[in-house]
Amino acid sequence: MRTGTGESQKTLRGIAVSRGIIIGKARLVDRSKVKIFYQYLIGDDKLSREIERFKEAVHTTEDQLNILKNGMPEKLKGHAFILDSHMMILKDSMLNDATIRKIHDEKINAEWALKKSFEEIKEIFAQIDDEYISKRIKDVENVTERILRNLSGDKHPSLAEINERVIIVAHELSPGDTSELNTSKVMGFITDAGGRTSHAAIMAQALQIPVVVGLEAATSLVAEGELLIVDGNTGEVIINPDEETIIEYQERQLQHEEYKSSIARVSYLPAVTLDGHAIAVKANMEFLEEVAAAREFGSDGVGLYRSEFLYLRSKGLPKEETLFEDYREVVEIIAPAPVTIRTLDLGADKFALEAESHREMNPALGLRAIRFCLQNPEIFKTQLRAILRASHYGTVRVMFPMISGLQELLDAKEIFSHVKKELDREKVAYDENMKMGIMIEIPSAVTMAEVLAQYVDFFSIGTNDLIQYALAIDRVNEHVAHMYQPFHPALLRMIGQVVDAAKNAEIDVSVCGEMAGDPLCVGILLALGIDELSMNSRAIPVIKKIIRSITLEAARADFGSVLDLRTANEVRAYVYDRMKDLLPELDEKGYLDA
Amino acid sequence: MDEVVGKIKISNDLGVHARAAAKIVALGNKFESRLYLKKGDREVDGSSILAILTLSCPKGTEIAARIVGKDSAAFMAGLRELVERKFGEAK
Repeated sequence: MRTGTGESQKTLRGIAVSRGIIIGKARLVDRSKVKIFYQYLIGDDKLSREIERFKEAVHTTEDQLNILKNGMPEKLKGHAFILDSHMMILKDSMLNDATIRKIHDEKINAEWALKKSFEEIKEIFAQIDDEYISKRIKDVENVTERILRNLSGDKHPSLAEINERVIIVAHELSPGDTSELNTSKVMGFITDAGGRTSHAAIMAQALQIPVVVGLEAATSLVAEGELLIVDGNTGEVIINPDEETIIEYQERQLQHEEYKSSIARVSYLPAVTLDGHAIAVKANMEFLEEVAAAREFGSDGVGLYRSEFLYLRSKGLPKEETLFEDYREVVEIIAPAPVTIRTLDLGADKFALEAESHREMNPALGLRAIRFCLQNPEIFKTQLRAILRASHYGTVRVMFPMISGLQELLDAKEIFSHVKKELDREKVAYDENMKMGIMIEIPSAVTMAEVLAQYVDFFSIGTNDLIQYALAIDRVNEHVAHMYQPFHPALLRMIGQVVDAAKNAEIDVSVCGEMAGDPLCVGILLALGIDELSMNSRAIPVIKKIIRSITLEAARADFGSVLDLRTANEVRAYVYDRMKDLLPELDEKGYLDA
Repeated sequence: MDEVVGKIKISNDLGVHARAAAKIVALGNKFESRLYLKKGDREVDGSSILAILTLSCPKGTEIAARIVGKDSAAFMAGLRELVERKFGEAK
């Protein structure tokens, strides 16, 4: 293990996605396939050492397979044969002897030689007509990967097992990985892949740990145990910092914390612009536990209560009573401020009852959210009953996700009024004036906003999905993630169009995507006419601070013209310059991402 | 050196799949002699599970076994027995 001493300081630049500064040791967690380094070896002693290294890796692999086999639960003993066959493949002449021969004859490193042997076997298997046999190449691949991992010394630890304070360095973290993180131990993480709005980034913001993504080569440049400074404000990662740098960053860390608490202390004050326009700043939340943060950071209510968690937590469907108790608790704590509950936004793939048979090619465009609810009215009705019952205990608003046109809205409304009548018959109390609205997150809904506005009490613009659908960008795809651009002029025009439709129909319109909590976006959103923002609670203090520091008139004058700009980069540069002039201290503290 | 050659007909329903091939390799580990299996004009190393698989032998295939070494006769007897027992499979 290298520990930094003697190595020189190196700085990497990535995308800062979750604020804060941390100084700590690196823990490499490479979840991707092992990378192969190609190398020619000259000299007989090097070759025999390389062959030894390969034999050792094979030996280690054998031990691991034995441990796996012995540790197999009784029930699975019948499958132990698979491990036996892996053990045979491990020692098979086509893989093993062939690799040793290649190291020796071609003077190449073990990884490369093994990869070549595998490719040869793969080619032979590809020519076999028998599909059952040709598919056995998967077993060979599995064994090859195991040997490669042992060659690279990767012990492949589970994230849940990490029990010291470290900074995770990974190629990419899946939502599953992030949920496994022990946040009391993990100080933060940095990844090669990912963008500002990848799922891992959003999770990290919720966990409030500093994160930098999109570093491209972090996993190959950082060694296990090396000292790292991660600046989640600027996106800088410093490997092996020297003493001066460490002191400088400790100072910045302190300043960041101080500034954060100074704005948090006044966050209970209402968000009113200098020229007297009140903006509602609300909290997004997903778990009941987050309701405390929503209050602590001074929110004006909950603008988006994602209701999926209770459905994901249990294997079956949650009971009406369970849902009702959960909603009621949130509503009572937040009252008299309103709580907007979004109905189920899950895909069919998330339901145990459907999971086996339906594997969608394209879940983002598949059976999910309101589409799923309309096809499963009983599930939908149960949730609507729980929401209506909770409305009796405070102020509740209900919101339907993924509305693509009027028909879906009418169908949903019909079920909604049916449920109300049911409750009337049963003489169950609920708020008869409960507001009903929709998420605007599909481009067709933007185009139809004028029509849709006639049928609802409010719009909430879900910018995350709207950007994804409007720009045709999968934000977790590292090759296109950089094109997921909140400042894309098309998106800004769409928001403007939705606001105009809402104002004409005299209904409320809010933004509840990541944009709402981005300090750079506040000015534009206000200039476009948005008067309600809903965001991750931790962003509330700085957003309120910005609103209280500007006038709506100046925002309109400064940002009204962005709609005339032609590219996302032009908009971002323009907005950054204006915001920096308006609030230089925010820029100094790293709240503005250039 | 002793060499024994014999014809073998695969009679189990599944043919020489991974588990059957594994059993041939395991049998071979008990003998000093080396086994070569030939289908058509392609001959492969009988101690390699992968090589045996690539021979692709469904039910009814006739293959030639060539065993070279001191205990080749005993090896051949064991191999015949294994194939006739349908590799221990029911069908």
